[in-house]
Amino acid sequence: MSIWLVFLLGGILTFGMRFIFIYLLGRIEIPETLRRALRFVPPAVLTAIVVPELLVRSGQIDLSPSNFRLLAGMAAVLVAWKTKNTLLTILGGMLVLVLLELIF
Amino acid sequence: MNISQRSFWAGVRAELPLLMGVVPFGMIYGVLALNAGLRPVAAQMMSSIVFAGSAQFITAQLVREAVPGTVIVLTIAVVNLRHMLYSASVAPYVRDLPMGWKILLSYLLTDEAYAVTILNYEKEGDAPSGHWFFLGAGLTLWISWQLSTAAGILLGTTLPESWPLDFALPITFIALIFPTLKDRPAIAAALTAGTVALFAHDLPYKLGLMLAGLLGILVGTVLEERKAPKGTL
Repeated sequence: MSIWLVFLLGGILTFGMRFIFIYLLGRIEIPETLRRALRFVPPAVLTAIVVPELLVRSGQIDLSPSNFRLLAGMAAVLVAWKTKNTLLTILGGMLVLVLLELIF
Repeated sequence: MNISQRSFWAGVRAELPLLMGVVPFGMIYGVLALNAGLRPVAAQMMSSIVFAGSAQFITAQLVREAVPGTVIVLTIAVVNLRHMLYSASVAPYVRDLPMGWKILLSYLLTDEAYAVTILNYEKEGDAPSGHWFFLGAGLTLWISWQLSTAAGILLGTTLPESWPLDFALPITFIALIFPTLKDRPAIAAALTAGTVALFAHDLPYKLGLMLAGLLGILVGTVLEERKAPKGTL
């Protein structure tokens, strides 16, 4: 299979998955329970993206204080909670991580 | 400025902080794709045809290992399964748009565009200009992704490896999770998903993420159903 065909098929499948429910809604009846379940997509999926990024280092779960990303992530959680500000959260988390890596 | 333009630029602004993580990610992808043996034009085209960061990284890796095309296509599909959840999640907000808009916004529905767009929809409700916000966020990400891919291809990686810029995206998502934790079922959904994602991290093809997302959604839904009918927290 040529690389272009791979991209094309991969792109069509990716687009299809992004499009499918946007297309189907209104054409098929969606059960009420499923409709209510949708509001849990953001907290569930975003948290599932973040947690391994903080806690898994080199393929291993690392809960020790020598895992600077965990510490910086906790700092970011604190900033996010206190300020509700995206930019401050990023800057705070990055600053803590850079400082930890510089000092230790 | 009319309401559509205001909404569009609000989407652009909401997306900007995420670029701190996206731009280095795109540059690294560009470099990695060339190292995997892709020609520059192919590396660039993958960013616009597939337009999905982690799937592109994995594809570059598989091309390097000379894995058969069919396997690569299936891998891209499995890695991108979570986009079906995003599609279902934004569907109610875009249901009355013309088909052209639906197609365009679907193409732009990445992790990063979804995260800021769904927050806006949840805040603004069914505001008639919400799709302009979506477009602003999605286009900002799209342009940044194309340009950072090109920068990676043309310049090679000029960012020192010791700069932990790959950390910018996860902490951006931390900022975006907080407003979604509105009540106990939502918090339970997040805690469940986080825990499952942690213990399932070594499943291949990002299936751990998909499993964690689904179980989190299930726990949130079950808890909500068990609450008193009118109960809100």
